[in-house]
Amino acid sequence: MQDEPTTTELIKAVADFLRSEITPAIKGHNAFKLRVGINALDLVTRQLALADAADATEAARLKQLLGADGTLMELNRALSEKIASGEVDLNTPGLREHLWQTTMDKLAVDQPNYASYKRELEQKG
Amino acid sequence: MIEAELGRCVASFHPGATGVTGAAKLSGGASQETWTFDIVHPNGNVGAILRRAPPGYGAAPGRAAGLDAEATLMQLAHDAGLPSPKVMHVLTPDDGLGRGFIMARVEGETIARKILRDEEFAAARPLLARQLGRVIAGIHGLPREKLPQLRSMSATREIEDLAREYHSFNWPRPVFELALRWLRDHDPGPSSEVTLVHGDFRHGNLIIGPDGVRAVLDWELAHFGDPMEDLGWICVNSWRFGEIDKPVGGFGTREDLFAGYAEAGRKPDADRVMFWEVMGTLRWGVMCCGMMQRFRAGPDHSMERAMIGRRASETEIDLLRLLAPRGK
Repeated sequence: MQDEPTTTELIKAVADFLRSEITPAIKGHNAFKLRVGINALDLVTRQLALADAADATEAARLKQLLGADGTLMELNRALSEKIASGEVDLNTPGLREHLWQTTMDKLAVDQPNYASYKRELEQKG
Repeated sequence: MIEAELGRCVASFHPGATGVTGAAKLSGGASQETWTFDIVHPNGNVGAILRRAPPGYGAAPGRAAGLDAEATLMQLAHDAGLPSPKVMHVLTPDDGLGRGFIMARVEGETIARKILRDEEFAAARPLLARQLGRVIAGIHGLPREKLPQLRSMSATREIEDLAREYHSFNWPRPVFELALRWLRDHDPGPSSEVTLVHGDFRHGNLIIGPDGVRAVLDWELAHFGDPMEDLGWICVNSWRFGEIDKPVGGFGTREDLFAGYAEAGRKPDADRVMFWEVMGTLRWGVMCCGMMQRFRAGPDHSMERAMIGRRASETEIDLLRLLAPRGK
């Protein structure tokens, strides 16, 4: 067992330092790069917090949809092939809901400020 | 160092020029180098832009029109009275600057967030969609016999290109598969009219002033094809920068875009435009994945490129909003 602080706490501490102490001191193209770097750290923090639970529910939905077992990668490959062949489409019970939930879970990590995502969250809630 | 070479070069085409000043590389162009500088002249300095191929770093193979073709297209657009910079000089080997051209610098803004939010552009925003409809109609109407050699593209070929590129990443994306399937099922077939297509008609490649559109830039992806492709591409949600209820670049309506297009004597086809909007959304998603691949393979091992890989999911939610809206 690794000791404390957690990875999340460490990354957050670095991101907060860069945001509040370094950002005001940097100008020009490096300021843009710094912002991208902070965004990357924030993304990692979100993924550490959210991905395990999202992956577990995604796998459960995929197993149900496909009636098969496998890793998340194998299941996504299988679903992709079935969509490509037309064996599975939007009339297949559960597909639309699965794609939506999986995509919303990805956006929650990747780009929670993306306007389409925020709109869909509001409309759901 | 580039100022010495540019200084010699400008003297050859701008009589009386004594050199250049203020040369600076502009960020933003990913696959070609763009420099801004001023030509020094006793009668007053003249703003100019150098666009050239950086050594060993080109566009997607087979897709780029080539810098010579870009210069020709830009000059043709300028001559036709379209908002386009005047081409001042096409580089020759003697210039020692590589391949490319020098054009007049058009002042204005290309950054979408400023165009969509700054007070300076408030009066221009409601006019832009219609203006751009007229401009793109003018581009589609450029005289065929004067155009340079360009690749030809159809919806069918574009679908297969996208499918091949996506499959080369070897990373399953059920939403992209759904989009590919939809595109194949809704392929409208060959366009009744094949014209010059700009190929990248969107924010970033448009110089906007308080008075509206001042220049169309970046002809790198120009080709012959379905003119509705350009109208669909500018409606892709990725270019709305948060203003998702204004489909044209986050500033206007499809109706205004189409009205401007019709005013210039051309006929918009809303169904084909929608098809190309779906294609464009997938295309941007595939491009995001491609940039991630290039980050991994080098030579550009930058955070920016890596993070663009995490924007592919933005196109997935937009594809679902287009093809599988919820509550239906």
